[in-house]
Amino acid sequence: MGAEFVALSLPPLLIGVFAAVACALPGNFLLLRRQALIGDAISHVVLPGIVLAFLITGSVAAWPMMIGAGLAALITVVLIEVIRRVGRIEPGAAMGVVFTAMFAGGVLLLEQSDTSGVHLDVEHALFGNLESLIWLDAEGWASLLDPVALAGLPHELPRMAIALALIAALTWVFWRPLKLSTFDEGFAQTLGLPTGVIGLGLVIVSAIAAVAAFDAVGSIIVIAMFICPPAAARMMTNRLEMQVAWSVAFAVLSAVLGYVLAGYGPRWIGFDNAVSAAGMIATVSGVILAVAAVFGPCRVREGAAAG
Amino acid sequence: MLIEALTLQLGYNATLVTIGATLLGLTAGAVGTFLYVGKRALVSDAISHATLPGIGLAFIAMVMLGGDGRALPGLLIGSALSAWVGLLCVSWLTYRTRLTEDAAIGAVLSVFFGAGIVLLTVIQSMRAGRQAGLEDFLLGSTAGMLWNDAVILAVGGAIVLGLVLLLHRPMALVAFDPDYATATGTDVRRTELAMMGLALAITVVGLKVVGLILIVALLIIPAVAARFWSDRVERVVLIAGGIGGVSGYAGAAVSASAPDLPTGPIIVLMAFGIFALSLLFAPDRGVLAVFLRHRRFQARVHVRQGLLALAQGQPIYERLTLRLMRRAGLIRADGVATETGKAQAARALLDERRWEILRADSRHEWAAARYDGLTPLERVLTPDQLVELDRSLRPEGV
Repeated sequence: MGAEFVALSLPPLLIGVFAAVACALPGNFLLLRRQALIGDAISHVVLPGIVLAFLITGSVAAWPMMIGAGLAALITVVLIEVIRRVGRIEPGAAMGVVFTAMFAGGVLLLEQSDTSGVHLDVEHALFGNLESLIWLDAEGWASLLDPVALAGLPHELPRMAIALALIAALTWVFWRPLKLSTFDEGFAQTLGLPTGVIGLGLVIVSAIAAVAAFDAVGSIIVIAMFICPPAAARMMTNRLEMQVAWSVAFAVLSAVLGYVLAGYGPRWIGFDNAVSAAGMIATVSGVILAVAAVFGPCRVREGAAAG
Repeated sequence: MLIEALTLQLGYNATLVTIGATLLGLTAGAVGTFLYVGKRALVSDAISHATLPGIGLAFIAMVMLGGDGRALPGLLIGSALSAWVGLLCVSWLTYRTRLTEDAAIGAVLSVFFGAGIVLLTVIQSMRAGRQAGLEDFLLGSTAGMLWNDAVILAVGGAIVLGLVLLLHRPMALVAFDPDYATATGTDVRRTELAMMGLALAITVVGLKVVGLILIVALLIIPAVAARFWSDRVERVVLIAGGIGGVSGYAGAAVSASAPDLPTGPIIVLMAFGIFALSLLFAPDRGVLAVFLRHRRFQARVHVRQGLLALAQGQPIYERLTLRLMRRAGLIRADGVATETGKAQAARALLDERRWEILRADSRHEWAAARYDGLTPLERVLTPDQLVELDRSLRPEGV
């Protein structure tokens, strides 16, 4: 647990934890508002966004891709809303129409354009490349205090940290209006809260989390972290404050345990190749949800028969 | 190339794939309608993502038993089993815990998919797994498809279509009104199970062509598009089947006609194109129809108000009103009423007075409810009733 750990495992581990928590925070509110699948939709449309950004700028630099993905997420949300209102279609179906079509468009663009020279493919967008985010300049724990070595950190790490800080700050500042409008939209309106703006803001924050996270960890973790930790936390408590705390704890646990199991687990049972960390993190979050759903103290809906 | 592909002249395999995709689109459209009407469209997203671990496990099992891990029937059976487990998880989470269905769907699809990815990386590290090509199931791939696989696809599509034809009546009943279905003696639970089973079958058959990420589009988009064209469930099912079939057929043909045109995305984009056309141009529910109806209504309100103003000798300033009345020949360019204009204005005023009396009279309560400021009273009352009503008009004079 020395130099090798700091160089090879610490950065991906931290990125995984940051990404998981950044998605779980807005996920709590999406879950309670019955918008859980918006994270699913957003993470699918990230693909056409990054492909278009690549075709326009011709590079795989981070910022154009983030902007492209963000724009695609915004367009999706607007399109879903337009189709839902104009066509009077139920939200789930409107979502299904929009995100599948945009994902299909992204795949087609990708196949049609010449991306052989760069690392851009569907699998990357789905699973990310958490394992490859290593810190070559690190020589041990002391490197954490060395500015020269720190400059060589994978750039996903500071980006994810900033996104997490932003999301945590926004959640903290807007806690009261968020809570009110989530539980009782009518009451929030009579208090004069702009519930529509709050709802849109929540979706935009979710999009920020999804877009910042997909690059490092792929969309599969994004979807899992939006839903599984908050859903497991909901089985543990009836209070929103406690639920958010539980969800953060579950998200951290999934990320750490998943990463360790993926990286070291196969070696323990005799395989020599590591397995996908993104997939393992999602799997662990699912196991946590399953355990919470079977044993959690608040797992049953009030008034429903105990199962 | 495209013409050859559309007329099925690109060799046996391409032809079989096209036929299979057409059948798949047909059945997916029809079954998707029942899911959509029952507001369960996105359950199919969980089903399709949940197939991945089954594919991986089936591959590993077949290799361990000494067979060829890529045998399509085995992979399809494995995918069906794990999709079934995923479906059970969704319904268990929805009914036995406080989670709502959308959260259950999201949890199941992401966790099963994540587990599937883990299995894929395990397979890649196995010696037999280097060229397993299981990634093809993510986005579908019909290039280099074996003859046997194409036959399985076409036959599978045909069987599911037959089952849909057999079960469509109870499924429509249950999707629309489960309570009424129960009252008339339909087994709701079993029918819902059959519906989900068919969605599952379509997903499994479609894995190789469309891929598990996009198969949900074939279940949702044709149904939503078809809903614009009719309000009757039997017709929506037929139209959705048609849209799905056309998308599958044209998509498979276009994709076969040139390289770098992946089948699944092309089929989905075809369906989306038809959806966009339906959204814009469908009669009655389409955007264009709604807009035109709104404009016609607006014009009627403006002309009516203009006529009332003419009859009472008030000046009209509103531009749209002036333009509409000029075009209808009710006023001249300088704003003075023409003969027709005067006649119609008098009629409008008379109608308005009649309505006023009618609404003040409690005996005509039922008719008064139909007052919208536009409908002429002649359409509501019989001539006899009108004569009766006009008696109370006379003392004031018109």
